[in-house]
Amino acid sequence: MEVFIDIALLTLLCITAMAVVHIRKLFCAIMLLGIFSLLSASMFVNMDAVDVAFTEAAVGTGISTILLLLGMSLTNTREKRPHYQPLFSLVVVSITGAVLVYGTMDLPAYGDPNASIHHHVAQRYIKQSPLEVGPPNMVTSVLASYRGYDTLGETAVILTAGMALVALLGMRRRKVLPMSSSSGCGDYHDMKDHLVLRIMAKIFIPLILLFALYVQFHGDYGPGGGFQAGVIFASGIILYALIFGLEAAMKVVGYPVLRVLAACGLLLYGGVGVACMALGGNFLDYNALAHDPLHGQHLGIFLIELGVGVTVFAIMVIMFYAFASRRGHTA
Amino acid sequence: MNWVGHYNYWVVIFLMMSGFYVVISRGNMIKKLLGLNIFSTSVFLLYISMGKIHGGTAPILTDNPNQVYSNPLPHVLILTAIVVGVATTAVGLALVVRIQERYGTIEEDEIRAKDDSL
Repeated sequence: MEVFIDIALLTLLCITAMAVVHIRKLFCAIMLLGIFSLLSASMFVNMDAVDVAFTEAAVGTGISTILLLLGMSLTNTREKRPHYQPLFSLVVVSITGAVLVYGTMDLPAYGDPNASIHHHVAQRYIKQSPLEVGPPNMVTSVLASYRGYDTLGETAVILTAGMALVALLGMRRRKVLPMSSSSGCGDYHDMKDHLVLRIMAKIFIPLILLFALYVQFHGDYGPGGGFQAGVIFASGIILYALIFGLEAAMKVVGYPVLRVLAACGLLLYGGVGVACMALGGNFLDYNALAHDPLHGQHLGIFLIELGVGVTVFAIMVIMFYAFASRRGHTA
Repeated sequence: MNWVGHYNYWVVIFLMMSGFYVVISRGNMIKKLLGLNIFSTSVFLLYISMGKIHGGTAPILTDNPNQVYSNPLPHVLILTAIVVGVATTAVGLALVVRIQERYGTIEEDEIRAKDDSL
């Protein structure tokens, strides 16, 4: 059964990818890319990677599509036909693909339990992590504890990307005018007049935010964690901004607040590491945080997941604000 | 049944190459970013395919002591890569927006023509 789902999903992925390659209307291509992400999220569930599927569904179909659409609205909506023949690129791509397929001949078959990838450190993660770290969700244990350095680095990359984006686009702190629709992004204001959108958004936004908190604090026990929660919380705010206008959203969480939050999340993460050192352990060795190593691990993971969640949330909303405020200004 | 064993990898390579094709053959920069996104998603699929074990389940502890779990390590690597991926896509998009503002176009050959005419 799993094999059939696998083959069906892979076929759909191929069809969607071909459509993205072919279509010249960028709007359609971006929406198809959203479908592509959703299909790959289903694929991840089929391959037992529930945490990854969660992230892909939230990021790929939500935030990424919105950002691409905003970027498109600031540029062109249609791709021009290239002057040169694509034959040369087709040849290059075919050769590269053939080499890669040749390379897969040495790979162990899909799902083979004897593949070497399953016999090094993975066994320790699966067997020991419930005893050494605690959380039933092994992905959380590995992410936050065994590979805590990695995650710290990745959080820093996200913060840096946010800063680069603001440096490139600038963040206009326009004065909040008293409800004059002439200022800024007029298109957004029109959305507010749609009764269905307004009511549904009001019903959904609290649920989205609540769900994000659940994902954040339940990540030790089920799929979820700081990355997913941050993205979901951000999508709640972004939905609000889309329906009720950028200025209304900026009143709820303004750019200065987000800027501080983004830095605070990473500082919290690094601070936990330094606290571990101060208490006699290594950097990010949570065992030192409490008398019982398992309690220490629990506390450490809770804090750093919170740090990750806060940073990811703040950066995702900052990215949206940066594009949306640019749009209001240049239009 | 050797071909089923590698089917996943081959499809992933096909997807990767279609992303690659978009990046090198299209002049429109947003389209290039879409191609990069397809490419990165197929890399994610490749990693997760490797972590799968037949008869395994999601790596969340169950009561059954003989339960087989899929490998959690690729899941962790890819989970963070997805969020980093969207952050870098956004930076690329910001660059595209700035190029549009400066050149009035995001087509590669038109930009080159404008550069040459200076």
